[in-house]
Amino acid sequence: MAETNVVLKVDGLEKSFADNRILSGVSFEIDRGQIKVICGPSGSGKSTLLRCLNLLTEPDKGRVWLEGQEITNANVDVNSVRQRIGFVFQEFNLFNHLTALRNVSLALEKVKKMSKDEANALAMKELARVNLANDAHKYPAELSGGQKQRVAIARALAMNPVIMFYDEPTSALDPHLIGEVLDVMKKLAQEKLTSLVVTHEIGFARSVADEIMFMGEGKILEHGPPSQIIDKPTHEAVRLFFKRINELYRRDED
Amino acid sequence: MIVVSVPIGTALAIVLGVARVYGNRAFSLAATCVVGVFRGFPAIVTLLIIFFALPEVGVYFSPYWSAVLGFVLVTGAYQSEYVRGCIQSVSAGQSLAARALGMTRPQEVIYVILPQALRAALPGISNEIIYLVLYSSLASYIGVQEMFGVARTFNSLNFRPIEIFFTAGLVYAAIATVCFVGFRLLERRVRIPGVEAAR
Repeated sequence: MAETNVVLKVDGLEKSFADNRILSGVSFEIDRGQIKVICGPSGSGKSTLLRCLNLLTEPDKGRVWLEGQEITNANVDVNSVRQRIGFVFQEFNLFNHLTALRNVSLALEKVKKMSKDEANALAMKELARVNLANDAHKYPAELSGGQKQRVAIARALAMNPVIMFYDEPTSALDPHLIGEVLDVMKKLAQEKLTSLVVTHEIGFARSVADEIMFMGEGKILEHGPPSQIIDKPTHEAVRLFFKRINELYRRDED
Repeated sequence: MIVVSVPIGTALAIVLGVARVYGNRAFSLAATCVVGVFRGFPAIVTLLIIFFALPEVGVYFSPYWSAVLGFVLVTGAYQSEYVRGCIQSVSAGQSLAARALGMTRPQEVIYVILPQALRAALPGISNEIIYLVLYSSLASYIGVQEMFGVARTFNSLNFRPIEIFFTAGLVYAAIATVCFVGFRLLERRVRIPGVEAAR
């Protein structure tokens, strides 16, 4: 496997559920250290895209390469691929019967085969990285939404992935909790952790993203730097989307 | 006898429940059949068939072991329904999260799904186990020396049904009560902090 700068390459991804064509040909690349954001209306296939990329959902057509290795090949060991991709879900999906510390250390012990002490030490380090060292012994039901999502991020980070996928990480949070999660994500972005983020948080995208890809009707309609996509898009649907969002924010300021 | 049947029966229930939810077509179908048969036949009939019919095909079990086998199958079948339902109630998202971390399906089931499913199934399972304690009286009909059988024999010799059966009943009730309390303590001990029913 050659040392390549392209961490993720996607070519012609298609996926349908029953008669619904969700993805109709998605192609893009992400280089090491890049932060790419996917925006778009609901139903445009953003979540499906992420789940196809880490093989939680099987794409109908198309190919995906992770660090030069084709992962859509039938002979691939799915579990070892998934270890290299960190996935953060909109609904957190923490393991409710385990403490925050154990949530993070479980996969380290069982999948990476670390000893209990090694796993706990690494887990504490990751929890500290997301500012939750003091809550390591708490159970998910005792944590706020923002704390839960940060545990989820720590859990994904602990596996030392080559790329992080965030599927609308703040969409299920109360507004006053969104900030703490975005701050953690910004910090990780500054550390050049390659990331693919699906989000509606335009402010985050504007300040952190290297590129925004706008999805609609199952394809990438337009892509480019934030200043272009948000302020001066060429595609009609993209213009309309951001125009509406700007109106929404302006109305709130009145 | 019940002390032996219970753990094996519960273990069987977990196997059947998991097979029905996660198994491929063959396993799942086989498990469903097993469950259907042993929930469909009355327990006494199952015991009688094991004890009387199996020898016809050359399989000989003592009364004690016939009873154990019968109870394991019956309670396993009933308990597996609780297990199956509770497995399905653990959110699918946690399943996705476990797999996204690279866990294999067995790891996901053992470390994430079952710990939560079994805690939720505990009230139902404990109910079935207490039933089993009481149904152990059926074993007397295939010759196992146990309390109800002794009571019956005693009654046929002395004919004082009210005192005899009432006393037997009291003993069963006492054992059942100990079980109720025991299970309540167990539920409390394995309760996941923060997940409590609103009072």
